[in-house]
Amino acid sequence: MTEIDTQLVAQLTEQETQEILKLASHYDYPQAASIEALKIVQHYRGWVSDESLQAIAKLIEMSAEELDSVATFYSLIFRSPVGNNVIMLCDGITCWMHGCEQLKNCLSEKLGIDYGETTPDNQFTLIPVTCQGACDRAPVALKNMKLHTELNESSVLALTTLESQNRLGGSK
Amino acid sequence: MAKLTVDDQDYDVADGNNLLHACLSIGLDLPYFCWHPCMGSVGACRQCAVKQYADENDERGRVVMACMTPASDGARISINDKQAKDFRAGVIELLMTNHPHDCPVCEEGGECHLQDMTEMSGHTTRTYDEQKRTHNNQYLGPLINHEMNRCISCYRCVRYYKDYAGGRDLDAMGAHHHVYFGRHTDGVLESPFAGNLVEVCPTGVFTDKTFSAHYSRKWDLQTSPSVCQHCAAGCNITPGERYGTLKRITNRYNADVNGYFLCDRGRFGYGFVNSDDRVTQPLARETINHADNTNSDTAIQCSTENSLTRLTQALKDPATIAIGSPRASLESNFALQSAVGESRFYRGIAPSEDTTINTLLKFQQSSCVNSASQRTIESCDAVLILGEDLTHTSPRTALSLRQTVRQRARELADEARIPFWQDAAVRELAQQEKSPLFIINTHKGDLDDIAENTYFNSPQKIARLGFAIAEQLRDKSGALSASLTPEEKEMCSTIVNALSQAKRPLIIAGASLLNEDVLNSALDVIKSLHINREEVIQAHLVVPEVNSIGLAMLTQSSAERSLSEALKQIESGAAKRLVVLENDLYQRVNPEKLDAALEKLDEIIVIDHVWHNGMAKADLIIPAASFAEGDGTVVSSEGRAQRFFATFPVNADNSSANDSWQWVNQALDNRWKNFDAIVNACAESNDLLAPIADLAPPADYRQHGLKVPRMSHRYSGRTALSANINVSEVKQPADPQTALGFTMEGSNVNAPGPLRNTAWAPGWNSNQSIHKFQDEVGGPLTGGSSGLCLFGSAESNELEFGVPSEQTSNADFSAIPFYHIFGSDELSNFAAPIAERSPQAYLALNPLDAAQLDLTQGDGATLRFENLQQVFSLTVVIRPELIRGLVGLPIGLGGLTRHLLEHSPLLEKNLAWQRVPSGRDQNVIATDQSIGLSEGLVP
Amino acid sequence: MSLPEPTQRPLTQHVDHNREAYNLAEYEAHGGYESVRKMLTELSPSAGLELLKASDLRGRGGAGFPTGMKWSFVPMQSEAERLANPMQKYIVANADEMEPGTFKDRVIMEGCPHLLVEGMIVGAAILQATTGYIFIRGEYIEAAEKLNRAISECREKGWLGKNILGSGWDFDLHVHTSAGRYICGEETALLNSLEGKRATPRAKPPFPQVSGLWGKPTIVNNVETLANIPNIINYGAEWFKGLSLTEDAGTKLYGVSGRVNKAGCWELPMGTTARELLEVHAGGMRDGYKLKTFLPGGGSTPLLLPEHLDTPMDYTHIGKIGSRMGTGTMIMIDDQVDFLGALKNLEHFFAQESCGFCTPCRDGLPWVEKTLDKIIRGKGTSADIEWLDRATVNLNMGFTFCAHAPGAMGPLESALKYFRAEFETRIKLHHSETV
Ligand SMILES: Cc1cc2nc3c(=O)[nH]c(=O)nc-3n(C[C@H](O)[C@H](O)[C@H](O)COP(=O)(O)O)c2cc1C
Ligand code: SF4
Ligand code: FES
Repeated sequence: MTEIDTQLVAQLTEQETQEILKLASHYDYPQAASIEALKIVQHYRGWVSDESLQAIAKLIEMSAEELDSVATFYSLIFRSPVGNNVIMLCDGITCWMHGCEQLKNCLSEKLGIDYGETTPDNQFTLIPVTCQGACDRAPVALKNMKLHTELNESSVLALTTLESQNRLGGSK
Repeated sequence: MAKLTVDDQDYDVADGNNLLHACLSIGLDLPYFCWHPCMGSVGACRQCAVKQYADENDERGRVVMACMTPASDGARISINDKQAKDFRAGVIELLMTNHPHDCPVCEEGGECHLQDMTEMSGHTTRTYDEQKRTHNNQYLGPLINHEMNRCISCYRCVRYYKDYAGGRDLDAMGAHHHVYFGRHTDGVLESPFAGNLVEVCPTGVFTDKTFSAHYSRKWDLQTSPSVCQHCAAGCNITPGERYGTLKRITNRYNADVNGYFLCDRGRFGYGFVNSDDRVTQPLARETINHADNTNSDTAIQCSTENSLTRLTQALKDPATIAIGSPRASLESNFALQSAVGESRFYRGIAPSEDTTINTLLKFQQSSCVNSASQRTIESCDAVLILGEDLTHTSPRTALSLRQTVRQRARELADEARIPFWQDAAVRELAQQEKSPLFIINTHKGDLDDIAENTYFNSPQKIARLGFAIAEQLRDKSGALSASLTPEEKEMCSTIVNALSQAKRPLIIAGASLLNEDVLNSALDVIKSLHINREEVIQAHLVVPEVNSIGLAMLTQSSAERSLSEALKQIESGAAKRLVVLENDLYQRVNPEKLDAALEKLDEIIVIDHVWHNGMAKADLIIPAASFAEGDGTVVSSEGRAQRFFATFPVNADNSSANDSWQWVNQALDNRWKNFDAIVNACAESNDLLAPIADLAPPADYRQHGLKVPRMSHRYSGRTALSANINVSEVKQPADPQTALGFTMEGSNVNAPGPLRNTAWAPGWNSNQSIHKFQDEVGGPLTGGSSGLCLFGSAESNELEFGVPSEQTSNADFSAIPFYHIFGSDELSNFAAPIAERSPQAYLALNPLDAAQLDLTQGDGATLRFENLQQVFSLTVVIRPELIRGLVGLPIGLGGLTRHLLEHSPLLEKNLAWQRVPSGRDQNVIATDQSIGLSEGLVP
Repeated sequence: MSLPEPTQRPLTQHVDHNREAYNLAEYEAHGGYESVRKMLTELSPSAGLELLKASDLRGRGGAGFPTGMKWSFVPMQSEAERLANPMQKYIVANADEMEPGTFKDRVIMEGCPHLLVEGMIVGAAILQATTGYIFIRGEYIEAAEKLNRAISECREKGWLGKNILGSGWDFDLHVHTSAGRYICGEETALLNSLEGKRATPRAKPPFPQVSGLWGKPTIVNNVETLANIPNIINYGAEWFKGLSLTEDAGTKLYGVSGRVNKAGCWELPMGTTARELLEVHAGGMRDGYKLKTFLPGGGSTPLLLPEHLDTPMDYTHIGKIGSRMGTGTMIMIDDQVDFLGALKNLEHFFAQESCGFCTPCRDGLPWVEKTLDKIIRGKGTSADIEWLDRATVNLNMGFTFCAHAPGAMGPLESALKYFRAEFETRIKLHHSETV
């Protein structure tokens, strides 16, 4: 690896690098681990920055374009920064019938943000998600990838309590 | 043959294709976007829908995508079916929902496939009145514009750029109706074949930036059939001119050579034609006596008559010698050779190149080898490249090799009974499987990513490995094979196996390393394969310049006609005057030696079109036409002789430039009546060149009594172009030399292939109209392709190649050439965008050698040569694959020319060197900023 | 150990939300992995396949394609060939479950992860597959963890790995968590996604059974489909067919959501009527709400009316009344919901989830969504209904590259059929207002 490559890859922590390389070794082609690699970095950082993306690409022998093409396709890979807590409200049809739009309004009012936005203190990001496969317990939301069910106007506001230690933008 | 019924009409079509291919081949109109003859089908755009019926009795039928459906024997379809038609109109309607309808300000307007298909599909009324999605555009470098809002998401660009051309920095981003085609961030598109995006994109997303800078509509361009001048691959091009400016170059289809694609040097390197450095008037040197008693030399304008008189005198003088050029046409070289006589005409190429090209030419005449066209190359299934970095020495050929390695995918697809045109399916099936390609060279190159194996060493070692391969192919595991290292042995036997097992092996080598042994070893491999397989072997032997082969043929490879011999004549005083044809001798030989020689001459006359160092000492400079204003014949690496025709007339008001051969002809009192006469004379003079008389119809060829027009029938304002000067309509310039006219009268619809300047058919204004002029989609042009191969297999092969002895040199270093698609070619460097893409001059070293000299990447080194005064100060680039003792020098950059390679380099650290701050593009070998080209050269 | 008596609820017999899912020992104690033992010691792959074919098992992922027939297209090697040089083949569980209103695979994976793992191993043994993947949607974190645990237990115990039960057959299984996108559930898009690429569907032919993951033969099945296999191997085809009330064999995980009293998911005999599901199991509509229409099996299935409630819920019967059983998880739409709003919600989903590859889907669905929005806002005209009609032709099966957009047309087309008046009223309303 040249000097430049090392610099780029150094964007990643040793832990991230090791986890990615281990995964990549499961496949004939390291590129097959691209999605998982993105998720590993997002798990630790909440999102995937350009620099991280370039570093991952180097590590698994892809061009930044090839990896970005994958990264921007999937809805659970965040290519722009998110807050420390990510609240994802299900807008599937059952949750919609159960009033998810009102819940969203409650949250928006409380947090002062719309879908796709982050609070100025960087604590919360609000995102809509597709049907979560929990329609029997609608309406539902994910906070930091944890499912909260049968929400109403008060329980949804409870989601705005700060959780410590949850920079988990996604599962690995 | 398969029987196909379309709308109750029966047709015979070729087997194994899809319905779209079949319909277009029989001349029917069916709209499409995502399909491309070179890239097959993926079924993304859904534009090519037709109705298919199961059998004679099926009345209902079923809508299918023509591009995804095999044209099987007995298939019955309808294009005119209402449901299919409605759907096609519906697809266009959908594609247009987000399109900005900005045709009036779009460079693609008037030659836009999207416009054509919209018309063809019959979508005329827009009902969508919602918001359109909009995108940001990216900066993609000096060559290509990006206007993403025009995108119709056909995926052609990424399929071309990634899958076909092997680029990795353009991709599809995002999903649903937000898909975006671009780079990860703004930046120069790296692929040297990016320019084809301009033609591959069916709308105006990717357009030619150099064209935008002085834009005209397609129909306002005057065009001619021409041949690219920037390497010896022989690509066919269509230059387009208006207002006396060469505005752009587009691809001209030739099934055997370039097909649908060019390289970026060829497409964007035309700037020299419009350059301020063009010589347009004869210039004579005058010595001016100043008041203070000093003298200085100035070039002053000289009349045409005067210069002709001087040229005539020179040509008549028995003490005159002439030097020809591999970048001038056969006709110009021939004219000059005839004028001074064969014995006084010399080849104007570097001595180191001379012998190599001679050997190559002799070998190409032998019966064991077939010179493979690019199309043939794509059909081979195992390739050995010896000593060529093809992407930089014959770019279009490199693009073909990327298709060659897909032969394996073709085999797998055949086994799995998947038609090859099912592009995505075949790629999924084959994954990374490729036909074997082996690259043996001094350093890494841009095809390594598709190679099964690469090997880097010194030219001597490369030659020895080559000879060892030849030896093993002949089952003579002799001394050579025994002397190989274990790594080399393995490489050797892998290659021998692959070549032996292949159905159609291909050997690629050439003159680029300027090393005869390397070339000889490749030729020995070909010969051995021939003996071993008892068949003619496919080979592509690369030469450096557009007419290197033509020049070599003309001079019959006689050693007495080399440039060194010419210099001897001058040094000895035997020659008193020199006429140089389209050649900068300073690029060819040691400048100190040349300076000394030229000093001895009484008169130097240079005929050329752009200013160069070689003109500084000239007594008379005669302005030549460039390829865009002149006619001629050139011979490619493949041995293919091709005619190029002037795109526009030399403007008599501003310039007295003329074809070089015409200057000579006038000086000889019009020895040849016209262009056809000199072509015929040239053909008669030399058996090898005999076929050139048949390359194109003669000047008196007429269709319906008219010449083939260079202007389109919609050319606007022709009669008013110079109304500001004179209200009476000016007479169109005549073209007495060729069957083409500088007019819009006549028709090129049925023009013979070699005269076809551009393709247009009713309803088909874009380049896609070409399939209206092909025998079958992707096949040869109706009316004959352009070009004839001059390599016969006249003699049986008697060439024997001596294995070089293991040399030991006393010198610490030896220099080897590195070539750059942008930078190594003299003429294209005049184009500012090409210069912008060129790397900064550098020297490349092995890390250990560098460490020994206390050098690291980006440091400065001073480079000298034994027996030479010249000193270069260059930035150091570390190349780990480079063998110790080799110094890689980028030919054509910073004054580094081929002849330097004949001397031993001496290196030391340059302590005064200022590092170039590390630049934005880390992948480029040397950063292209802050230091101008000339600053690398310390006088 | 000997097999326990067969049950009427083979998929959910071990699912109990009041306790942890069975670990390997517990699962084995209840007859777990006996099917694998039987396959590897008693049955040849072809015998296994014959059993599967005879069982009439149909795919539970939505299309209801006969599983045995699908598997029969996978190229097979003889025992000797396989032992000498096993052909790479893959088996993939489709656990993407992103169809709106669908929450059934989750029940198996969270409630009894070993059942899916067993189904994949026994399936792989039939196919002689070499590697398996469970492609699970990214949000199913609990299910993924449970599956991973089950897999490592199996590796330790030797149900996975080299030379399983001394048969000379190697097989390993991995969980791949997705990164979101409904289209990943389309089986060929899923394969691209598994290869680390954009999840755009692939053209068929070639079918994945011949050229699938990395160009190798591959079988993709829904979680529920695979979970049925162990018991079919254990108890036979006749038993399996006998579970059903109708021609389509086995049991089915049915679900009901919407404004009903007790939304949920239950394993019931195939062919249970929609009415029984709604009125008995889901406890009927909530007070004050009347059933207006329902989607029988997820967001892409055409609407049905209350008059259809007595139709048995199986592939054949639902097919006959112009809809599809899909995933068998019904979405009940009541009379108080803004019906066009619900439709727009669905079309918004499909528009957002289009992969963007083919024109009708990529550019057509957003226009459909915008048109519905316009009509809802009272700005619609009759031309808008015409366009919607046109969309139901041009975005439908055969016109698009895959079944995504046609899926989106299911509810739209049926809405225009059954509730055209509602569209027209909104438009008339607008006109009378503006006139
Ligand atoms: C857009 C789209 C999404 C799909 N999503 C799923 C899914 O989430 N889960 C699933 O099992 N099948 C899904 N399918 C069906 C699969 O393509 C495939 O038919 C199924 O996995 C086959 O399994 P089966 O034969 O067991 O039903 C989807 C199909 C389409 C067209
Ligand atoms: S219908 Fe077309 S755009 Fe839509 S998901 Fe399928 S392939 Fe992609
Ligand atoms: S050309 Fe056939 S679908 Fe695009």
